Amino acid sequence: MTPAEAAEQAVIAPGSNPLRSGRDSRLTRIPGPNGLVLFGVTGDLARKKLLPAVYDLANRGLLPPGFALTGFGRRDWSDDEFAEFVRESVEQHARTPFREPVWEHLRVGIRFVQGDFDDDAAFDRLAETIDQLDSERGTMGNHAFYLSIPPKSFQTVTSQLKRSGLAVPGENQWRRVVIEKPFGHDLDSARELNDTVESVFPADSVFRIDHYLGKETVQNILAMRFANSLWEPIWNANYIDHVQITMAEDIGVGGRAGYYDGVGAARDVIQNHLLQLFALTAMEEPVSFDADDLRNEKEKVLQATRLPDDISTGVARGQYDSGWQGGEKVTGFVDEEGMNPESHTETYAALKLFVNTRRWAGVPFYLRTGKRLGRRVTEIAVVFKRASQYLFDSSSTSAMGENALVIRVQPNEGISIRFGSKVPGPAMNVRDVTMDFGYGHAFTEESPEAYERLILDVLLGDPPLFPRQREVELSWKILDPVEEHWASLDEAPEQYEPGSWGPKSADELLARDGRHWRRP
Amino acid sequence: MRRELTNTTTSKVAKLLDEIRDEGGAVALGRVLTLLIHTQLGVEEEAIAAANEASREHPMRVVVVSRNKDDVRAEEDARLDAEIRVGGDAGASEVVVLRCYGEIGSQLEGIVQGLLLPDAPIVAWWPTFMPSDPGHAQLGQIAHRRITDAAAQREGCEAITRLADAYRPGDTDLSWTRLTNWRAHLAAMLDQPPFQPVTSAVVRGDTASPSVQLMAAWLRARLHVDVELSEPADDLPVGSSGLSQIVLHREGGENSITRIEESTGLMQQTGQPDHRVALSRRGLRDQLNEELRRLDADDMYREVLEEYARTQKEFA
Repeated sequence: MTPAEAAEQAVIAPGSNPLRSGRDSRLTRIPGPNGLVLFGVTGDLARKKLLPAVYDLANRGLLPPGFALTGFGRRDWSDDEFAEFVRESVEQHARTPFREPVWEHLRVGIRFVQGDFDDDAAFDRLAETIDQLDSERGTMGNHAFYLSIPPKSFQTVTSQLKRSGLAVPGENQWRRVVIEKPFGHDLDSARELNDTVESVFPADSVFRIDHYLGKETVQNILAMRFANSLWEPIWNANYIDHVQITMAEDIGVGGRAGYYDGVGAARDVIQNHLLQLFALTAMEEPVSFDADDLRNEKEKVLQATRLPDDISTGVARGQYDSGWQGGEKVTGFVDEEGMNPESHTETYAALKLFVNTRRWAGVPFYLRTGKRLGRRVTEIAVVFKRASQYLFDSSSTSAMGENALVIRVQPNEGISIRFGSKVPGPAMNVRDVTMDFGYGHAFTEESPEAYERLILDVLLGDPPLFPRQREVELSWKILDPVEEHWASLDEAPEQYEPGSWGPKSADELLARDGRHWRRP
Repeated sequence: MRRELTNTTTSKVAKLLDEIRDEGGAVALGRVLTLLIHTQLGVEEEAIAAANEASREHPMRVVVVSRNKDDVRAEEDARLDAEIRVGGDAGASEVVVLRCYGEIGSQLEGIVQGLLLPDAPIVAWWPTFMPSDPGHAQLGQIAHRRITDAAAQREGCEAITRLADAYRPGDTDLSWTRLTNWRAHLAAMLDQPPFQPVTSAVVRGDTASPSVQLMAAWLRARLHVDVELSEPADDLPVGSSGLSQIVLHREGGENSITRIEESTGLMQQTGQPDHRVALSRRGLRDQLNEELRRLDADDMYREVLEEYARTQKEFA
């Protein structure tokens, strides 16, 4: 017996299970018995992502036998009608194949509670349903409440959960609440929202979902940076010229026009997804992957992040115009149905950030996001300084750009490296070539959807992939001055061609520094 | 696409592989491992089919080495025939079948050496016969991971004893793989309240099945309790692992998992409603997939082998 084995006692207690061992890599952790209560079941997110993700987890054997799914909504549905709705969404959108036995098993734990958020009786019925599930399905008093609803209803729902006694777990039980962005629209509103939620649930029972953190490619940033020795020596201002982080969509606001007006690209995407990608790229090595250590490092780098002194030189915004995009006539942003034609809301936002640490002294991070851009792509491009080229004629390296490391978050998940290579032939001509790693090549197993991972982590009570309130507040502190600057301007945002890569002012933002945007 | 080469050499095979790649279609990019399958002439196909399917999860190069019989001094002219399969005939992998006749079969390492992917880990798999000491066997020596199947041997339990004696890091056996579902359900039971100690356990199943023996050894090693082995009730199915039922006696009552249908188990716990759980029959492809997922040494398997060997000695 090795010392490690001797240290493991056959004691059965919460958190101590002799049948599990760190040396037993075959057994995956599955959550204990629990129920998931979903508010906002008929929404797009629930239909296309959440319900299919629950099925996919069941299909992969990652849900416990004692699992229940309860929908809460206004529709006048029976349990069976709701189950039919779940089945349809699973059949249409699930990643893994539909299997009748898996579905049957899930089906017996599906319930529906009809009611409005301000209806006391409905929440009493919900409490009864959950009680019944505990005895019929053996969910053992463990329940997660997923609020897939607009933030303005958080107050009502959380206080209803409190009133009906659903927010407080008994001994050896847990209650958790899951909330989705937007976490407010500025620092003050984010705090207000948080006070609402944390007045009912303790901070460590609140799971804030940023679905980007559930993506394999995003988690791989940590593996790539910290499991390899290749990058760390050059991951600093000595070698890196600048970093570009892009999240582009080729679609417009469409049916979300009403929601989008007054929010804009920066609040919708930069405050959460892009600043998370930024933090993972720029942070120092955490002591461990435990939630606290990981979040501490992310918070440290967000805290050290600064906008340029003159904000007007470090930001750009735009609105997409009407025009032809990829063979299709598209409507301009202000002409979208239900949109205020005078709207100053931006559909494109770019900004320049600096990190006040020794590692990043003087290295700009350019973040951009927009709708109706050239194509749908999210990537992080780390652009290195040009090597001194005295060995080569200027003509022989003219076709060569800077070395770059590109992390493709989606689509075509992978990493590519661009560097110069000799063109075959008698002359010493150097041209850019690309070395490519594609997830689809090296790991043909399909990556799980982000929501599968995140829902599983909620049920396991594993918090590292969920931002804390402090992270949310720090990111608003970065963004608020930009929003204030834009709000102080009289002129409307610059228009840009649909299908282009954004307004001219965004190109000028980089041109002022002698740089240019990559074409992703 | 299939290409055959008769009376050939490894370097000719390697060259043809390169040519096929240049012509386009089959890309070697991103292959993560080389799987060496050591088997016998005529029975290659089942293993190749499983490997092809497993390659959807693990893109790999599969090298199948088959010989007439173990005795390489057989009166037979030395000859190497090869077959290359790529594209639709090979899933996401590329398959090289090397048929070794006569004395060629005594130098297997030299035969496969030129076909190993640079740097990538090597997995050796004996789907049929099993060397008594995998770590020192031909092909086993150069492999990072060695997969045997005690259940495919005539005396499964004796095979386990031999594996325990010869264990080297990287060894694994499919009769252990077949237990993972059962083990996961058992572990999940102990994750939950009431957290009462287990006082003894019963494992019911085909006692000649190595999986059943390993399950008992695992429970003994982890729970430090007596484990009783017995034959299953007649009317219950046993599945690929040979297991029928496991009962954990605890202070407050009894926990059990019983296979009630071919791919369904019934989980019974005190204070909880009965649950039906999936105990799907796992094909060779699934088992191989699980094995290829991790290429480091399986410490728990070693611990369980040791426990099995220890109790065998006590009985003897």
